[in-house]
Amino acid sequence: MTDLPTETTRKLGLVIDLDTCVGCHACAISCKGWNTENYGAPLSDQAPYGDAPSGTFLNRIHSYEVLPEDGPAQTVHFPKSCLHCENAPCVTVCPTGASYKRAEDGIVLVNEDACIGCGLCAWACPYGAREMDAAEGVMKKCTLCVDRIYNENLPEEDRTPACVRTCPSGARHFGDLGDPESDVSQLVEKRGGFDLMPEQGTAPVNKYLPPRSRDSWNEESVLAPFLEPVAEDTRGFLSWLDRALDKLPGGSD
Amino acid sequence: MHPAPSVIIFTTLSGLGFGLLAFLGLDPTPPTGWAAFAFFFVGYALSVGGLLASAFHLAHPERALLAFSQWRTSWLSREAVVAVAALSVTGIYAAALIFVGFHINWLGWIGAALTLLAVFTTSMIYAQLATVPRWKTPLTPLLFLSFSITGGALLSGRVDLSIGLLVFTALMQILWWVRGDRAFAQSGTTLATATGLGDGGTLRSLAPPHSSPNYLMREFVHVVGRRHARKLRVISLLLMAVLPIGLLALPFSHGFAILAVLSHVAGVATSRWLFFAEAEHVVGLYYGMR
Repeated sequence: MTDLPTETTRKLGLVIDLDTCVGCHACAISCKGWNTENYGAPLSDQAPYGDAPSGTFLNRIHSYEVLPEDGPAQTVHFPKSCLHCENAPCVTVCPTGASYKRAEDGIVLVNEDACIGCGLCAWACPYGAREMDAAEGVMKKCTLCVDRIYNENLPEEDRTPACVRTCPSGARHFGDLGDPESDVSQLVEKRGGFDLMPEQGTAPVNKYLPPRSRDSWNEESVLAPFLEPVAEDTRGFLSWLDRALDKLPGGSD
Repeated sequence: MHPAPSVIIFTTLSGLGFGLLAFLGLDPTPPTGWAAFAFFFVGYALSVGGLLASAFHLAHPERALLAFSQWRTSWLSREAVVAVAALSVTGIYAAALIFVGFHINWLGWIGAALTLLAVFTTSMIYAQLATVPRWKTPLTPLLFLSFSITGGALLSGRVDLSIGLLVFTALMQILWWVRGDRAFAQSGTTLATATGLGDGGTLRSLAPPHSSPNYLMREFVHVVGRRHARKLRVISLLLMAVLPIGLLALPFSHGFAILAVLSHVAGVATSRWLFFAEAEHVVGLYYGMR
């Protein structure tokens, strides 16, 4: 049923650290790999070796430039996938009941056998988290690796979403955001985690951690006193050259 | 938004067909026999033709029956349920008129209410989407209903009423455009709220996730079609209202009336094309596009 559960027992989701993400796209690659080989229809590619390759991805990494009023521009890499919203607009618009949000852990999933491929859920999602697979004609989205996190055939350290497991910079964290004592909730609390597009009223479960502030042009370096020039005057050949050039007409800078 | 021809054809024709069926249902002295058959045939051809066009644009039409199940939350499901109910009720009403010449007054009223409700549910599929600020307004169902009722009046040959409704629809359309042009800015969604990075300074998209367009960009970012939007709005208004009013004001002839209908339909289709092509989805912000 496309009614949203009034409450979910747990709120499983991701916390993405925009400070430590290096924009390597490893999460997108491991996601594509796992979700092509396992649960549901594979994530197809169209003309992967052609002029305009295109394909289905459940996770995409944007890069933004933040230009402060003073100081250097900062590049922020921005991975974006389904945020498993508490008030998921993609679920309620589904005409067939293919889209649903699980009451036990809050994961938003698609029953591909019931999907007619109308695409309305992708229209309703403000984050671009749902993509219609061009080969299968069904809607694909992040499953939070539901086939990994509860999978007892995997070693315990692998029972986490593929993107989190693979991230080389530790920028992705997985856990229960409904439990205020969980590691992820503590991290959000400590670092000032925020929602994307809060004004859309979707109440996303996934949170983003802001980049920490960087050095500015004006800041005095603590090492500066130790790096003062040793010699103020030039001597020897360079000194002679300096004086000789000064004597030539045209002045100096 | 990508202006898919199937959806434009569906919403334009089915709105028109449902409008005609509504007028036939409300008519105190409806046609009977072969005349009734002709009118209802046109009404059904337009509305059912539109519904079929929309079903074929699905990737999995064989599962379409499931779309009747989620009427509690989904406007698309409600549309399916109400459209079938409207066509069934009106079908019985029409059969009585065509084959027996018997006018079941109250059934016509129920049928008319259901057909207009079907148009309303269609419009709410768009008007419910907070992701497309241009659509998310009570003016959207009002606009769709005006098109449908005006088209129905034209097709059922009510000349004086049509002229009044054409003027009303044109004003409604202008109001919808004026409000729509400000809607995205007023929604408050920006690249800053989309990324949460606005406090740090001026933002811009530095690199998209992939080197070539993806499903999201093809579906939601349609910049090309907006290039001639102003001109198309004028063309749409001329075809939708000005020309039909002129033709109807002339001494009545069936030739002019047919021309007025065709011109109106072409104008509504142009407007519907703009409805999609001009609509900006907030996801475009992530790509630095609208």
